[in-house]
Amino acid sequence: MNRRVFSREGWIRLGVIAAFVIAFEAFCRAGFIPRTVVLPPSDMAVSLWHILQTGEYNKDILSTLRNVAASAVLSVTFGFALGVILHALPRMRATLEPLLASYYAVPTFMFYPVFIVMFGVGSGAIIAIAVLLSVVAMIASTLTGLDRIPRVLRKTAAIYRMGTAKRAVLIDFPAAAPYLFTGIKLAFAYAFIGVIASEFILSGQGIGYAIAYAYNNFDNRNMYGLMLLVILLATAANTALDTIDRRMQSRMRRQ
Amino acid sequence: MTASDGSDVHARLTDVTRVFDLASGAKLQALGPIDLDIKRGEFFGVVGPSGCGKSTLLDILAGLSPPTAGTVLFEGKPIKGVPDGVGVVFQEDASFSWLSVHDNVAFGLRRAGYDAAEIERRVTYAVGFMGLRDFAKAYPAQLSGGMRQRVCIARTLVLQPRLILLDEPFGALDQQTRLLMGEELLRLWRETGATVMLITHALDEAAMLSDRVGVMSARPGKFIDFIETQWPRERDSRVVSDPHFGEITSRLWEKLRVESLKTMGTAAPGAAP
Repeated sequence: MNRRVFSREGWIRLGVIAAFVIAFEAFCRAGFIPRTVVLPPSDMAVSLWHILQTGEYNKDILSTLRNVAASAVLSVTFGFALGVILHALPRMRATLEPLLASYYAVPTFMFYPVFIVMFGVGSGAIIAIAVLLSVVAMIASTLTGLDRIPRVLRKTAAIYRMGTAKRAVLIDFPAAAPYLFTGIKLAFAYAFIGVIASEFILSGQGIGYAIAYAYNNFDNRNMYGLMLLVILLATAANTALDTIDRRMQSRMRRQ
Repeated sequence: MTASDGSDVHARLTDVTRVFDLASGAKLQALGPIDLDIKRGEFFGVVGPSGCGKSTLLDILAGLSPPTAGTVLFEGKPIKGVPDGVGVVFQEDASFSWLSVHDNVAFGLRRAGYDAAEIERRVTYAVGFMGLRDFAKAYPAQLSGGMRQRVCIARTLVLQPRLILLDEPFGALDQQTRLLMGEELLRLWRETGATVMLITHALDEAAMLSDRVGVMSARPGKFIDFIETQWPRERDSRVVSDPHFGEITSRLWEKLRVESLKTMGTAAPGAAP
């Protein structure tokens, strides 16, 4: 089958990004933006290549990726479990739902002193903040997914004489899968933000810490190289998850 | 209508009622009392005004919902839960969107523990029978509403049910597709020899497909008339051009109009005060 790698919109999007990068490069090279403030994108790329080649920041990169993975896994696991429990307990859900709805109005990062006391400076506190930031997205997506299961599928499960556990595995969770995957995507994005942001204040290691360290030491080259790395990692991960999400949505969309 | 001789009775409802407890604490009688015999191999249609309890009747026969009072027998045994040998097709799209057409149809067979060769044989037959052979690998989202309903019928068919309950299965389809799907349903009924109960709001569908049509009253639903269509077993949608078809639909509408007006809270014009 002849599959197109990019849609028309994809090419346009790529064109807009390329135009922006070229314009940015031209502005920097022409001196409209001083190099002491921002490096031209090509210099950022060269710096990133140097960082990857020398392996100078490998420990930081690995530490960040490990923390993001741990936070995302914990958020998805707990978020899914809590979502299922809340869905099964309507009274508890009615009590907690207003709190969940306004959850993201609370600046989660303000709790960092509490987590330092609990886990010390390092991965424990970082993961705790990232989980706190991302778990609610998974809870909300799980609730939405379970709410949207058509009633007729529950009747169909009854026709096949399925118990609750079988129905959950064979009908409910697959039917809710597109919403659950959206939750996974959001949980990963929030976990990434939570980890990088926490590393600025809660760590002696990680990409966030390395960016802050470079900034404090006027090391623009490494700072922008690492910032480019964060952008590329987040974009690559999000694009991959988004592709799976869109495929799932189009395959399972009910008309 | 209860047959005096129970030998050819496939399903029997005796004095069945269904009362729902409302959130306000009040009680709502949705159905009954109903006495009904469905004969083995019969194509039995049910029509009635909206909200008269047609789907409740189907749920009770399918074992999805117990009656508040009365007895329900299938093949001479009381129904407790969904009995073996009963298949149901709902009005809403009940296809599994995460499975291909093939896997949708194979779902019940896998659950029942059939071996792979038997599953393949039955799925191939059912998919072919419902005209879905070229779409076996497709997912429901890639199919039209009519084709998705065929997937659901095929999924029911593979388990070779002896009693097939259809709850307005073509309700969401356009008129032409409904007529053609009706023909396929007749073909399925003839080939399998199963007993069929079809619930429909379309009088022409009931008149064309059924051996006998039961007309239900406004809530609480009871059978107020049974009409024998007297069609031959070998029939298709062309019976709609038979003058007898018009007589059947007229009689159905005559009964149903009064009941529908009751549902709407309006007195029937021309009816005796």
